[in-house]
Amino acid sequence: MRWFWIDRFLEFESGRRAVAVKNVSLSEEYLSECALAMPLMPRSLILEGLAQTGGLLVGETSGFRDRVILAKFGRAVFHDYARPGDQLIYEAQVQDIKPSGSIVSTTARVEQRLLAEAQIVFAHLDDRFAGVELFDPAMFLGNLRSYGLFEVGKNADGSPLEVPPYMLAAENQLAHEETGYTVS
Amino acid sequence: MPSNEEVFEKVKDALVDALGVDDDEVTPEATMVGDLGAESIDFLDIVFRLEKAFEIEIPRSELFPDDVLTSEEYVQDGKVTAAGLEQLKTRMPFADLSKFEENPVVQEFGNMLTVDDLCRYISGKLAS
Repeated sequence: MRWFWIDRFLEFESGRRAVAVKNVSLSEEYLSECALAMPLMPRSLILEGLAQTGGLLVGETSGFRDRVILAKFGRAVFHDYARPGDQLIYEAQVQDIKPSGSIVSTTARVEQRLLAEAQIVFAHLDDRFAGVELFDPAMFLGNLRSYGLFEVGKNADGSPLEVPPYMLAAENQLAHEETGYTVS
Repeated sequence: MPSNEEVFEKVKDALVDALGVDDDEVTPEATMVGDLGAESIDFLDIVFRLEKAFEIEIPRSELFPDDVLTSEEYVQDGKVTAAGLEQLKTRMPFADLSKFEENPVVQEFGNMLTVDDLCRYISGKLAS
């Protein structure tokens, strides 16, 4: 199962805020666990979507070099449920970013209806974890492209967000290995 | 410069928010790990909250001297050496290390820090 709990970014301002969308579909496997007449998106998966939105927002500030991991939810409040057919809008705002970690405030809404609020703490793995890569750069870049990050992403000065060169190189290398062609 | 009571109240607020404990559990003598149930990841959250509440910078190494506690020079057979204890005392003048000195097992270090130690650390930072 692919662990993607956002579908696409709608807005992304480097180091400041991100807005992502998640469409809830009755065909999603996890809903088969629910009562047939009352399928609801599990709240834990809403939190996962909020964490993915916030984690990518934080990770981007280091060009995805920092190894950002979800440390804890400082606070999570739920106001309502999400059902198939709902379009969830996840918004994450950076509260603080430091070398050792970061705090992000998040909300989940369906139109004007507030579903959840959560404050998330991310830890940034330090030198004790040197050499530990959380993601393959080429595969990870593929995910970021799927999310439309570089279509909507902006730097703090308003210029378009660009793919970090090391990720591009890894993607080219992978393409070369798979096809024999080199992307110029 | 806030009074000791004001420092304690703000520290208490930070701990209540970060650890989900009740107000009355946060006493000056309560230990962060043993009494309040703080886990290592909570310290990151606590530091963020304290920095914001007091508008100060808290370098991790000042409150949690991991480098001493993982040093081959200062730790032998899982215990902090006499030289290591001196290092800790120099680095953490706000902390009462007397209990830890009796049996300086590294793993117990995290359970030594009290709310009062934290308040003294904050007051010291504000004074400097």
